[in-house]
Amino acid sequence: MGEPARFEHFVHGADIGVRGIGPTPEEAFAEAARALTAVMVDPDRVAPREAVPIACSAPDRETLLVDWLNALLFETATRHMLFGRFEVRLDGERLEATAWGEPIDPARHEPAVEVKGATMTELAVRPRAEGGWVAQCVVDV
Amino acid sequence: MDLTRLQRVDPVTWRLEPEGAMRVPAVIYGSEDLVRDMDDKVLEQTRNVACLPGIVKAAYALPDAHWGYGFPIGGVAAFDPEEGGVVSAGGVGFDISCGVRTVTTGLDRPSVEPRADELAEALYAAVPVGLGRTGRIELGPAELDAMLQGGARWAVAMGWGDAADLERIEEGGCSPGAEPAAVSRKAKERQRAEMGTLGSGNHYLEVQEVAEILDPATAAAYGLVQGEVVVTIHCGSRGLGHQIGTDYLREMALAAPALGIELPDRELACAPLTSELGRRYLGAMRAAINCALANREIIDHLARGVVRRLFPSARLALLFDVSHNTCKLERHVVDGRERDLFVHRKGATRAFGPGHPSLPEPLRSVGQPVLIGGSMGTGSWVLAGAATSEARSFASAVHGAGRALSRHQATRQYRGERILAELRRKGVVVRSPSLRGIAEEAPAAYKDVDAVVAAAEQAGLARRVAYLRPMVCIKG
Repeated sequence: MGEPARFEHFVHGADIGVRGIGPTPEEAFAEAARALTAVMVDPDRVAPREAVPIACSAPDRETLLVDWLNALLFETATRHMLFGRFEVRLDGERLEATAWGEPIDPARHEPAVEVKGATMTELAVRPRAEGGWVAQCVVDV
Repeated sequence: MDLTRLQRVDPVTWRLEPEGAMRVPAVIYGSEDLVRDMDDKVLEQTRNVACLPGIVKAAYALPDAHWGYGFPIGGVAAFDPEEGGVVSAGGVGFDISCGVRTVTTGLDRPSVEPRADELAEALYAAVPVGLGRTGRIELGPAELDAMLQGGARWAVAMGWGDAADLERIEEGGCSPGAEPAAVSRKAKERQRAEMGTLGSGNHYLEVQEVAEILDPATAAAYGLVQGEVVVTIHCGSRGLGHQIGTDYLREMALAAPALGIELPDRELACAPLTSELGRRYLGAMRAAINCALANREIIDHLARGVVRRLFPSARLALLFDVSHNTCKLERHVVDGRERDLFVHRKGATRAFGPGHPSLPEPLRSVGQPVLIGGSMGTGSWVLAGAATSEARSFASAVHGAGRALSRHQATRQYRGERILAELRRKGVVVRSPSLRGIAEEAPAAYKDVDAVVAAAEQAGLARRVAYLRPMVCIKG
């Protein structure tokens, strides 16, 4: 399990892949959400001022990851907020989470690009051979 | 791409005969260099599209094709509902009806150039761009449904556009058969405050100079004059389209087993055109097309207000408005027989040739304008649909340069400040809320748009009319 939770991006043609890695599926989901934010802004620049509850359910874990990221994009679009800190609880087909963030401030956050949606391309939620979990997909920008 | 897997039919046509589950061949258009530089995934995705039920004639990849979701971007595929044909949410994509419109101004470069900074500032102030920026128009539920039904016609009726524009927008500015009831509450909520916003990424508003004319007769019919200035807008259906794409991709992917559709890739998610889900998606997708048409009409209206204010002598007229992420019901001749087909164009522009009855009188004899976005440093092209495009690609042509570098690679290689300075030296004024966004959109991150349009012309998809050089670029 050794490795701490982290996120990274991977290359996909015109777009970008988001990958969360963590000791548990929950942490991998939370890191995938940070990777999503990092496509738009530096997640460390987002102050955790306001907590937004998020819940979704899906017939499988991969679809649940896509639903989770899309739920965050919906909140970003309608609340005009960015999120930098996440706590995820998974219970079978259901996800309950809290996302902490603040209203978008273009001058301070310098958002690079808006994400249109999380896709099912390169979609995976799986244990890693070296321990821990990975949760990833490509997002359309 | 491994060229040895393909049969070379002519210098710009490459073909893979049906194998395995493919129902039709895969056809790729492009020069040897362009096709070799394409990712192998483009061929894999074109092959996968060729496996879908009811596909007619061939699955096509155009010279700007690159690896997409399920379908390649720069892909065309037509389906016959009478042969079990499907509609695919992945085959249209997230930015439904993303497209380009160009407006002629009658102004010449020398009168605009000295005021380029002032013009950039005024356009940037008038048109909301970038993440988190809302529009000045907020729609209640009934108005939103009226917009989804009416498209650009609705925008004109509301006073945000010019009635003369409508005949120069695909389908007269309004996609028939839109079903606001098929659009989710979430999609509508995302759009409530987004009308008249440009978005971000590769979307832009540019002031360009007609720098070169290759086909004088067609340019004259289009109102393009060398040395004159045009305004071009590239954007789509905003949050509403993104959410419809998200909603239906998920629903189609999960419904596939029950619909008896075996998907080689989940992202190919589709439903029979005659199924309840397929019909519902078509209704929602057409509503998103109308949203994009209304949005471009409004942005254009805002931009024209700025141009008129700064240059009262401007004579502003819409050249044309094209959409490049759509599925449209069209009549095409296949093997000598007219058939009503649902043509998916994902990162591909409709390119009706000369004489097409849907084109307005001034354009009919020369063919449909095909507007191609390049990058903010390299310029854009106006093409005209070729007579041969019908037989070659269900009357479709390329849509843009296509990326050569990922966003990640671009930000590692380029700095926003430096790009701004270099562009200014070349005479391009850029306004954007984000330096990182500018680095991600660095001109060198794109393929050579000139090679792409040359290949499109050689392949008989469209012919080159004019080259547009950027002067002012507003980027989200």
